[in-house]
Amino acid sequence: MAEIPDHLLKRAQAAREKAEAQQQAEPEDSASPEKNDEAEATEEEIVVTDEHAEAALTVLERELDGKLLNSHIAPMRGLWIRVAIEDWRFAAKVAKEDLDCKFFDWLSAIDWMPSPYGREHETEQDKLNEEPEDNDQKEMEWGYTGGETRFQLICRVYSISRKIGVMIKADLPDNDPRALSLIPIYPGANWHEREAREMFGLTFDEHPDLRNIYLPGDFEGHPLRKDYPLLSRRMKPWPGIVDMELLPGDDQ
Amino acid sequence: MATTESEQMAYIAAQAADARVNVEVETNEGMTLNLGPQHPATHGTLRIVAKLDGEKVVAAEPIMGYMHRGYEKLTEVRTYPQVTTLINRIDWLGSFANEVPFILAAEQLMEVEAPPRAQWIRTVLFELSRIANISLFLGDMAVQVGATTPVFYAFRDREFVLNQIERVTGGRFHPNFDRIGGIKDDLPKGWIEETGSVIGKMRDFCDEMEELVLGNEIFQARTRGIGVIPPNVALAYGLSGANLRGSGVDWDIRRDANVGLVYDEVDWKVWTHPDGDSFSRFWVRLQETREACNIIEQLLDGIPAGPIMAKVPLIIKVPAGEAYVATENPLGEMGFYVVSQGDLTPFRVKIRSASFSNISIAPWLLKGVFVPDIISILASLYFILGDIDR
Repeated sequence: MAEIPDHLLKRAQAAREKAEAQQQAEPEDSASPEKNDEAEATEEEIVVTDEHAEAALTVLERELDGKLLNSHIAPMRGLWIRVAIEDWRFAAKVAKEDLDCKFFDWLSAIDWMPSPYGREHETEQDKLNEEPEDNDQKEMEWGYTGGETRFQLICRVYSISRKIGVMIKADLPDNDPRALSLIPIYPGANWHEREAREMFGLTFDEHPDLRNIYLPGDFEGHPLRKDYPLLSRRMKPWPGIVDMELLPGDDQ
Repeated sequence: MATTESEQMAYIAAQAADARVNVEVETNEGMTLNLGPQHPATHGTLRIVAKLDGEKVVAAEPIMGYMHRGYEKLTEVRTYPQVTTLINRIDWLGSFANEVPFILAAEQLMEVEAPPRAQWIRTVLFELSRIANISLFLGDMAVQVGATTPVFYAFRDREFVLNQIERVTGGRFHPNFDRIGGIKDDLPKGWIEETGSVIGKMRDFCDEMEELVLGNEIFQARTRGIGVIPPNVALAYGLSGANLRGSGVDWDIRRDANVGLVYDEVDWKVWTHPDGDSFSRFWVRLQETREACNIIEQLLDGIPAGPIMAKVPLIIKVPAGEAYVATENPLGEMGFYVVSQGDLTPFRVKIRSASFSNISIAPWLLKGVFVPDIISILASLYFILGDIDR
């Protein structure tokens, strides 16, 4: 990698210091005139509730009958539920039949393992910004509704009559990530499952045709797994400060 | 030009040889026809392999991935503001509309709301990209059924809209204009009046298209009753946008699940068509373009004054959480599922693009149709390759 001239490094440093100072100063400036308003607002503490989501969750709790491991409602933003992988198809069936979720939105997976490569930021600029991340020390953190294993299936279905979308999650076993295909319930799951298979290396039982959908047939690896390196970053460093052009007067 | 009879025969033989290149396998039961990857009817590198029995399609399968760019992986190494640069290359004909759902998802996680003026300008630009996108569809659909004139009108008139987008954002195709907490710049002087006159032109364009295409006998013969999708199937395959409304499902995210845009402030109508055929999908899109003109006109009258950016930190760190925001893009529902772990970069971004789901019905829909109808059906489903392959 090309060596970065000193004056550019200094300028970046100065800009960052200025930005940080500004950021620290900003909240204080804005807080003083609005302080009274803010205090009043916090006293009232408006609790946002989402009736659609609450009602939908009640239905799901009743129909899934103990198979619901966890749920989360973000008011006006959606409803998340988590089921065991054995109940994956059953949960989708319940959502379709009892919650009228006829619209199949999408299906995918999440790899919750922290990336062993950090953000793949290797340039001088990124080293200036912060200490290099040490992701080996990091532990897995799951999002809403928690989790137990590395891979999580996630599927969103929507009910047009109830105007509520449900995110269904299920943990996949680490040693053998497989699930039942949703095609008998939602034919549209076909391509989404093919994509999830090639990108995460999952298997969907009873799927008629699990060929690659995007990647070439002989592609090795599963690109959206966190331990799959982003090769383009390896070949060519992320251009950052290196691309900066000299401004007139900078060389003095 | 071939003049003698032997020259003519040679010319015909050469043409036949060219045609045979596209035929991959010939068996006793039927033959396999390969359309694409480079085929005029597929707007890019979508390949369709169809198994034929005479002129009838027994099975058809789209093969994609020729343009897969791996945006879901790339977003994991980019900061939130950098992501918009990538994602407005998904649906390149209406690229401002791509940025909005991602930015809204990030805003939801940060609990930031853009000031009213920014929301209004966003909505105006969103609808302008809808017109820019769909106007090309209106011309292109006519090309696929054999009328070459309308597409030139479409390219000509789309330019007015692109110019207006360029005057605000600086980019005709990739504006990269939306920011977390607002928009990059304010409207330039005189833009509102100019856009008003452009909307007038686009209304004329819609009328022109209606006269040129909609009443045309050949167009009707090629689209009426062809490629019929019943509402239940459309829903189960995740079809969205005009494809869903063309099947009679009265569902529009702008009206029913609006997030962050100001569609509640204007008076407009969701158009549906009960037939579910290629014609109804065209008709719905034509009405939608008109409706977008209505929306923009009403919005331009009442853009509120005020700031265009909310207060956001200079270095954007998004708190941990998950958010899914979908908007009614020109092609259908486009959504971003953003998982954040409180870092500078998203932990995982799932891009729900409209065309991927819309075209996933093709194997079901193309079964049993005739070869020339493949083209008109695919055109009426209206996909953008970047939106399929991401």
